[in-house]
Amino acid sequence: MTLQDLRIAVLTQAPRPNIWDLVALILVVGAMVLLVYGGEQTTLPLSALDVAPVSLDPVNLPLYALRTTMRMLLAIICSTIFTFVYAAIAAKSRRAEMVLIPLLDILQSVPILGFLTFTVVFFMNLFPGKVMGAELACVFAIFTSQAWNMTFSMYQSIRNVPKDLEEATQSFHLSGWQRFWRLDVPFAMPGLIWNAMMSMSGGWFFVVASEAITVGNTTVTLPGIGSYVALAIEQQNLVAIGYAILTMLLVIIAYDQLLFRPIVAWADKFRFEQTASGSPPTSWILDLFRRTRALRALTLPFAALNRTFSNLYIVWPEALRVKGKAGAPSRVVDVLWFILIGASTAYAAWRAYRYLSVNLGPSDILLAIGYGLITLLRVVVLIALATLIWVPVGVWIGLRPKLAERVQPLAQFLAAFPANLAFPVFVSLIVYYRLNPNVWLSPLMILGTQWYILFNVIAGASAFPTDLREAASSFHLGGWRWWAKVVLPGIFPYYITGAITASGGSWNASIVAEVASWGDRHLTAVGLGSYIAKATEAGDFPRVVLGIAVMCILVTLFNRLLWRPLYAFGERRLRLG
Amino acid sequence: MLEQVNQTKLIDIRSVCRSFPKGSGEDLLVLEKVDLTIHSGEIVGLLGRSGSGKSTLLRIIAGLIAPSSGNAECRGEAIEGPPNGVAMVFQSFALFPWLTVLQNVELGLEALGIDAAERRQRALAAIDLIGLDGFESAYPKELSGGMRQRVGFARALVVHPDLLLMDEPFSALDVLTAETLRTDLVDLWIEGRLPIKSILMVTHNIEEAVLMCDRVLVFSSNPGRVAAEYKIDLPHPRNRLDPAFRQLVETLYARMTQRTTTKTTAQEGIHGTGIGMVLNHVSSNVLSGLIETLAGPPYNGHADLPVLAGQLQLEADEILHLGESLQLLRFAQLSEGDLVLTEAGKRFAHLETDARKKLFAEHLVNHVPVMGLIKRVLDERPTHAAPAARFRNELEDYMSEDYADETLKTIVSWGRYAELFAYDEQSETFSLENPH
Repeated sequence: MTLQDLRIAVLTQAPRPNIWDLVALILVVGAMVLLVYGGEQTTLPLSALDVAPVSLDPVNLPLYALRTTMRMLLAIICSTIFTFVYAAIAAKSRRAEMVLIPLLDILQSVPILGFLTFTVVFFMNLFPGKVMGAELACVFAIFTSQAWNMTFSMYQSIRNVPKDLEEATQSFHLSGWQRFWRLDVPFAMPGLIWNAMMSMSGGWFFVVASEAITVGNTTVTLPGIGSYVALAIEQQNLVAIGYAILTMLLVIIAYDQLLFRPIVAWADKFRFEQTASGSPPTSWILDLFRRTRALRALTLPFAALNRTFSNLYIVWPEALRVKGKAGAPSRVVDVLWFILIGASTAYAAWRAYRYLSVNLGPSDILLAIGYGLITLLRVVVLIALATLIWVPVGVWIGLRPKLAERVQPLAQFLAAFPANLAFPVFVSLIVYYRLNPNVWLSPLMILGTQWYILFNVIAGASAFPTDLREAASSFHLGGWRWWAKVVLPGIFPYYITGAITASGGSWNASIVAEVASWGDRHLTAVGLGSYIAKATEAGDFPRVVLGIAVMCILVTLFNRLLWRPLYAFGERRLRLG
Repeated sequence: MLEQVNQTKLIDIRSVCRSFPKGSGEDLLVLEKVDLTIHSGEIVGLLGRSGSGKSTLLRIIAGLIAPSSGNAECRGEAIEGPPNGVAMVFQSFALFPWLTVLQNVELGLEALGIDAAERRQRALAAIDLIGLDGFESAYPKELSGGMRQRVGFARALVVHPDLLLMDEPFSALDVLTAETLRTDLVDLWIEGRLPIKSILMVTHNIEEAVLMCDRVLVFSSNPGRVAAEYKIDLPHPRNRLDPAFRQLVETLYARMTQRTTTKTTAQEGIHGTGIGMVLNHVSSNVLSGLIETLAGPPYNGHADLPVLAGQLQLEADEILHLGESLQLLRFAQLSEGDLVLTEAGKRFAHLETDARKKLFAEHLVNHVPVMGLIKRVLDERPTHAAPAARFRNELEDYMSEDYADETLKTIVSWGRYAELFAYDEQSETFSLENPH
């Protein structure tokens, strides 16, 4: 971009401000002010938290919401950067891929709140006496709930870049760096954005859970919606909880409208299709910015900068080059690489064994596994119950297009809503009616995640081909036959997608759902979630590690032995069209 | 003197071979000892069946894959990676859907580090030349196939390459669009308005090769070799109905079928023998339909391939495919550009469904060795069942995994039609059971 270009752009666009410029300008300035204000708060010393403790006055809620939102924003930026680097390395280097991808697979099944136990201590030590440490720990917790599946999505996209486009970039002499920004990133964009949105839903849950947390002697209460709710629980204030829920609703709607809608609408051009299909997604805010004149002219230098950035002459280091044409990869380096991996693994295993064996005996392990099986039972029963309820409801809604159009956004919204904000309402009821916590705390695990089943089933039923339905009714298929032969196979792949997400979310939620309190009444359901939660509170790291390891193994096995085969079956045999 | 010769020699390929790893151990040879020289000022066509390695050769010249042995040089320098001054047009267009027409065209210039003003000016010139004026800010998905391929041409021409490589550039387009684009390109070429020195194009469309090229190299399959070379010095613009044009098309058809027949006598079987024969999947419906067409008027059992291809709107490659499948099953015979029904073929045309199936089954077992093998194994085993893996492994001794998959798919489809055996996709097993 040269000055001449700029001049051309400025001249041709005649940047006389229009009304849209004014609106957009206010939005931009407002966002910047809020960012700066929120940012200033994080550099305060930790003691400031004690001076100005969280208060239940609803006047403070907008500010708390802002703090919570900023944590989310920071986390999604970190996740995106991590994704670009990690996925690129894993996709470009065969040797790195061997380690990075299995690692990612495991990280995906580690309960997110488990990370928090360690990271709180780590980050607090990094910034002793500053709010920043606690903030970062919280941001990191959200990061862990978003980064893994975003990275997986990007990695898979880069690996599946269409062959002809790849050849075109080579043939036209694009450097590795140019190729990354011109081909890999745009191609990965739609999947990445979809996954970021899904992660966001999970993120709200964890930001709320990690704002008020106790690890051993360290208690952190960061101003935010989560800590507001924690205080409300302590004071048994149901009205305050109602305010918090209302605020959260507004925040999520704002986030969706101001951030994700525009991004989705903008990213529509990255969808890899050769012909335009369906109606493209729209966003009023994107339209607003597109209608502005002066602001658009101002963004031109940024576009130029972006162009220059992606055209920088940077080549991948030799070690990261895609192997393909030039001969077989060196065997010697492979062997050295394997030895290195083997040695590090052995060392890590030895250290872990040394650390854990001092504090834990075989009986501890059996106990943890036993608890794990109890939680597993809860997850299975709850998923089954949710299936029995939501599949018929979802089918009923999905087959009525008018209704589905209205219900679908609601179901997606409910999935994004952090269910833990609503926990106290249920817990107060359990306390009031003196119900058995082992049974009645369980539904909390699926409170937030059941919606994934609902909205996926609605999507499946909406996509069910009309001709098949007509064929079924013309052959007088009815009753259970209609369910078993027509509809259930048709929505199966969708249902499985929803159920996998719901089950993963339930495991994560168990850590906050199996222990609950209302004022000074503490309720506990026996299970792996409460085991980890209690060990965290007591600062008992060996037991936290054990609990997380057991959960990790159970989740992985559950996925490998049940969900993946079902998913593969659904994709192979039952995918319509 | 010697230097002058080198200057006009754009591409020099000497005894180039290329092999790809096969499912089992050994490599599969797709190109064998190919020689090719491209001079300034000519359009050269590589004509051959799919799998004859012509696309592989194009990619070797494009620097996208390396030869296994032999020399590949571009302007006297060995080709290692995409050479400068060579640009490519893709069968699938290979446009970036997230870039506008203008941005797509500018892409190659950006990679060369050309500054923005010149980039814009050259891109607009190329867009203008190729007839895309007014579409600069459109995205590829808003364009028709023909317009998209024009973007593909503009993108390649804008870098002013010495050599333009074209990989079946018109085969993804409908008949009318393809014709317009071909004549537009030839017009620009003879008017000397293209900023290039030579064109190398891969095609399996015989008429297209005769219409556009100064020189055509016919490739034979398995492994790919240059079987013959024809110079075409008809003046441009060429007329498809010109007797000399027709004669050339006939000759090339004959040449392409001739390979098959000489191979038949040489190896006492039909293109590849024994278990290791690659079977291309052709639906039994299509085969039946073709037999009926051949048996009926105006062919009455004897058809000229170009005529038949024209009537059925098939490309040379496709009609040869079908012809070979019929030949393999001894329902017809390919020779000198003709397709002639055998006695069995004529009988087949007049049978009812069940009788057709029986005849088909008989021919399968007798003339397709792998079918005979499967039938024998199933008969001998007490369970009358065998996993597909058993035969797949055997196939992979002779061919790549992709070909083994294709062959297996054909076996299953033909076997099911002939009711020779049943196949369960879930467990991947062949069996003699039939649902009652």
